[in-house]
Amino acid sequence: MDLNYAALLPEILLAVAGILLMLAIPVLPSRQQVRLGYAASLALAAALVTALLQWGDHGPAFFGMVSMDALGGAARILFLVSSAAVALISVSYLKRERLRHGEYFPLLLMATVGMSLMAVSADLIMTFLGLEILSISSYVLAGYRRGDPRSNESALKYFLLGAFSTAFMLYGIALLYGAAGSTKYAGIAEAATQGQAETATFLLGLGLLLVGFGFKAALAPLHVWTPDVYQGAPVPITAHLAVGSKAAVLITLLRLLHQVFPASADQWQTLLWIASAATMIIGNVAALTQTDVKRLLAYSSIAHAGYILLGVIANSPRGAQGVLFYLAAYSLMTLGAFAVVQVFARREERFTKLEDFRGIGYRHPLLSVSLTIFLLSLIGIPPTAGFYGKLFLFSAAVEADLVALVILAVLASAVGLYYYLQLIVLMFMKEAASPPEPVPVPLAARIVILLMAAGTLYLGVYPAQVLSIAGEAAGL
Amino acid sequence: METYLFYALALILVTFSILTVTARNPVRSAVYLVSALLAVAGFFFLLEAEFVGAVQVLVYVGGIMVLFLFVIMLVSIEALDRQPKVSRQWRTGVVLAVVLCLELSLLIFRGTVSLEEGLAEPGIITTTETMNTEAVGTVLYSTYLLPFEIASVLLLVAIVGAVVLAKKEI
Repeated sequence: MDLNYAALLPEILLAVAGILLMLAIPVLPSRQQVRLGYAASLALAAALVTALLQWGDHGPAFFGMVSMDALGGAARILFLVSSAAVALISVSYLKRERLRHGEYFPLLLMATVGMSLMAVSADLIMTFLGLEILSISSYVLAGYRRGDPRSNESALKYFLLGAFSTAFMLYGIALLYGAAGSTKYAGIAEAATQGQAETATFLLGLGLLLVGFGFKAALAPLHVWTPDVYQGAPVPITAHLAVGSKAAVLITLLRLLHQVFPASADQWQTLLWIASAATMIIGNVAALTQTDVKRLLAYSSIAHAGYILLGVIANSPRGAQGVLFYLAAYSLMTLGAFAVVQVFARREERFTKLEDFRGIGYRHPLLSVSLTIFLLSLIGIPPTAGFYGKLFLFSAAVEADLVALVILAVLASAVGLYYYLQLIVLMFMKEAASPPEPVPVPLAARIVILLMAAGTLYLGVYPAQVLSIAGEAAGL
Repeated sequence: METYLFYALALILVTFSILTVTARNPVRSAVYLVSALLAVAGFFFLLEAEFVGAVQVLVYVGGIMVLFLFVIMLVSIEALDRQPKVSRQWRTGVVLAVVLCLELSLLIFRGTVSLEEGLAEPGIITTTETMNTEAVGTVLYSTYLLPFEIASVLLLVAIVGAVVLAKKEI
């Protein structure tokens, strides 16, 4: 077995770019620091091209620490797209809020390296390191608005609770190593089939691992940190937490449960059944009473993680395919929604209340129409991506005899209809309270909004292509 | 011989541990803790785990204790002197200590079976012929090369993050 450096080319590229950007901070005059953001976006685009070229590569690398497969390749592409969108909406955000560009983009790039490593990892140690790189960069980025107490609160809450969950996860990994004698995915899966899956050490390890992942993916009852952290963080970072970070954790969870722990399916399916039901109910019901659009989207992202769990619990390739398609759809619509919120919030994020959206419908058609598309997709109304996402997830769950959970999911989505529609009604059918104020839409943000809206509609009209890619990644 | 060494080290460890928690002056406390940690390193050497022993000395005695001492230097010692010697929560402490002692003795005297049940054979380093430092070095730079390198990315992110959040004027 050899090193096979090429397998990790996108990650190496991003890490090197991150370090170069840091070195560029003191060299660039302060007026040109804006370029760092575009340089970071370019690095992400280059990594995306490499990842696309590597699509179809298979096999282990770095002595079996990472393993290239279709799932890892697809996940990597998803994370790179998400981070690139976050980087593009960050440039105008940092400029408007007069925050330093310097360390922001290297941290974002490193977070992407972490997500990407999680996707291709074939060893719990690598998974843990990837998750920690992602988490630590996210803690810092959540507190990047140092002058704002809410941002400090966000970073501190996320950090303290995150550190706890990390400890749980590490303890779980240690117990699994004790039970299986290996931290490699293949080694653990083999030990599980040889009877270790029944031992208390193994099950305890798996349970603690699930607690750690449950926290990071904000599954009920480990979701309590989410609204405060999402509300306080800078809007682009909220998007990063809700999309890239969440997708990375859910995909790693999917891979672990489907490939490493199928022998313990009975146990984790029961646990996740309860978590999924609680996540959908709490996410949707709590979103009903929110008055801040960032908090509303935070609860909505909790609810969506609940839907995604359906595909994980189904424990079938069709379920995994549903999860991947849903994550692609969810990423597009959520990134788009946060891009609109970022632009609309204006200086110091003054306009994030639902009331602020009153009557903007005809005044800012670009923002209101695209936000409407994203919200309709979040509800799951055709012809948008969210409709097919829910369709594939729910049908895979029905095939796996999860009828009760699917009924619950449909009811929960019906509750979701109310708060998403409420925002659309506010935008188009109410009179604005205050006189109009111009909302400048920077070019990079405009591009992101338009691309995400186009992607959402494309997946809603013609889902076959992405569905077949998701199917290949799921091993169908 | 090894048994005598074990009891000698155990005596040193217990003595200095007690001194650590009873000393009034925090600097003395810290120095006693250094001695206690050195005794723990001695245990590792006794178990022929010389790599872990050396790491114990380097990391705990060298790194973490210096950090402790720095923090102690920065807080005012006079204020600590006036505090009561025994914490008000000593009753809870006694109860917890008794429970812990019972639990440990149960494990040591009765629980050998339950401790080993469900554990796999040790995996990575099986050879006793080579020094285990050598064995650790070999796997660290071959099988575990990638985690070893990626850990440096993690540390870099942590350092940059700490500076970003703590720097005075950005």
